[in-house]
Amino acid sequence: MAQTLSEQILSHAAGYAVNAGDVVTVGVDLVMMHDSLSPSIIKVLHEELAADRVWDAERVAVVIDHVAPASNIQTAEKQSDLRRWVRTQGITNLFDVGRGISHQVLVEEGLARPGMVIVGSDSHSTAYGCVGAFGTGMGTTDIALAAATGRTWMRVPETVLVRATGAFRPGVSAKDLGLRAARILRADGATYAAVEWHGVDFLSIGDRMTLATLSIEVGGKAGLIPPTGKAAADLPVPGWLGVQAGAGYARSVDIDMERLEPQISAPHYVDNVTDLSELGRVAVDVVYLGTCTNGRYEDMAAAAQILKGRRLAPGMRMMVVPASSEGLRQASDDGTLSTLLAAGATVGTPGCGACIGRHMGVLAPDEVCLFTGNRNFRGRMGSPQANIYLASPEVAAATALTGYITHPQEVM
Amino acid sequence: MARIWIFGNDVNTDQIVPGRYAPYMLKNEADLRKYPFVEARPDFAPNVEPGDLIVAGPNFGCGSSREYAPQALKMVGVGAIIAPLFARIFFRNALNLGIPCFTADLTKIVRDGQRVEFNVEEGLLLTEEGERIELPAPPTFMREVWSAGGIVPFYRTYGRFPGEA
Repeated sequence: MAQTLSEQILSHAAGYAVNAGDVVTVGVDLVMMHDSLSPSIIKVLHEELAADRVWDAERVAVVIDHVAPASNIQTAEKQSDLRRWVRTQGITNLFDVGRGISHQVLVEEGLARPGMVIVGSDSHSTAYGCVGAFGTGMGTTDIALAAATGRTWMRVPETVLVRATGAFRPGVSAKDLGLRAARILRADGATYAAVEWHGVDFLSIGDRMTLATLSIEVGGKAGLIPPTGKAAADLPVPGWLGVQAGAGYARSVDIDMERLEPQISAPHYVDNVTDLSELGRVAVDVVYLGTCTNGRYEDMAAAAQILKGRRLAPGMRMMVVPASSEGLRQASDDGTLSTLLAAGATVGTPGCGACIGRHMGVLAPDEVCLFTGNRNFRGRMGSPQANIYLASPEVAAATALTGYITHPQEVM
Repeated sequence: MARIWIFGNDVNTDQIVPGRYAPYMLKNEADLRKYPFVEARPDFAPNVEPGDLIVAGPNFGCGSSREYAPQALKMVGVGAIIAPLFARIFFRNALNLGIPCFTADLTKIVRDGQRVEFNVEEGLLLTEEGERIELPAPPTFMREVWSAGGIVPFYRTYGRFPGEA
């Protein structure tokens, strides 16, 4: 029987053929935990599960990205404890302050690979679907159990298919496709389901991660892009993994990219999406380019192309927080970084930055932020009286030049 | 009697506990009990009593995987959460912590501040006006996890995951 990508991966992990709706226990290939939840995970592991060691030190990755660098003595102390624990456990995959956001780093390091089951202590662990892995986010207790046993249990999800056709118009990119899908599916449209994104073979792995991370914003348990196309050519794709004709999808949605214009997600819900042309004039105080959704080298390069030789609008602030040190290095090597700096942007340490509203650009009451991230929930980046609009890196750069939310073509 | 606390649709975990109030950010982690709905509904934490019920619209708990959101609700003794649809990670975290979640839409049936008798085993609400509301029975494995006190005691007792032979 034809299977979806999730059914194929979970069948492989379970050791027998499984179908949507089955409750299965599967082996996990990789467990990711970050600094924000690691202290509680370690506590459950040792104190509640009485496990002295993780099940496999080589298959647990620890990333310090949520408050990087430490913002106060508490977080500094907890990070210090975490480093000590990592050494005691013999965990080799520690990615410390400045290496970047867990999801981006694990893909860059080749730790996330096609066909794997990856569980992470972060809802955006759907990101690993960018290489055709089944990545899913879990909380403290589930991650502690997975780290202790190397296994987890779950219901095999149905799949919602997003089928894109055509190519992007100038100034439109993967973020617009993802937000358009959120507009159609709404915030709970794929709850308990996986999302598969077809018709995007032309996208880079980074742009695929934009779609994979946005899958949780429609409730998805995972968000997978078939590991085909040029960007996937070097990935170790197992022979059993690939789109099968006749696989059953719970729902399918078609998006014509030829007719897609920049999409804006307005406060305070990700699915509150509108065409930029219908938005009206929205003045912006700060443009924030970063996160696992749109903080990669290619996002910085797309912004730099628009900002090149120009200056930010008077009174505008622009924060760039790269998703990884590798992206920052690339941006530094080819002049992208100096273009951004010359335009008046500032650059922070690679990591999650102000996406969780803890540090590095927290918003004040009544401030308006144009954000390339994935969540515009009330209070997400700081004050509950601030307003967050989500958009692509191209719209972010255009907005930084004019001071109000702007179509990239207006300034290109 | 338990008090009903009504919440709207798409209540996300940033509303339940903003990231700034994570145990990671606190000097004293026990302070987490002061922060459920600290900004979204500041009257909740100071007034909620053990056994009180949260009744919400669809997609309750969407967003982040932070288990400290349901943990904070557990710390103040929330007796159950009743919503027509739960976001997946929240639902799983709540189950793991042993917080009963019932899938039903009561937002138009009960009102904020109403007092009810609630029997969690039977999923039965009796309002002070004498109305009787039966909630759909959750799957057996969920009841088993609740009665064990959460997924860790369940796993330690039975040596297996729910649904596993």
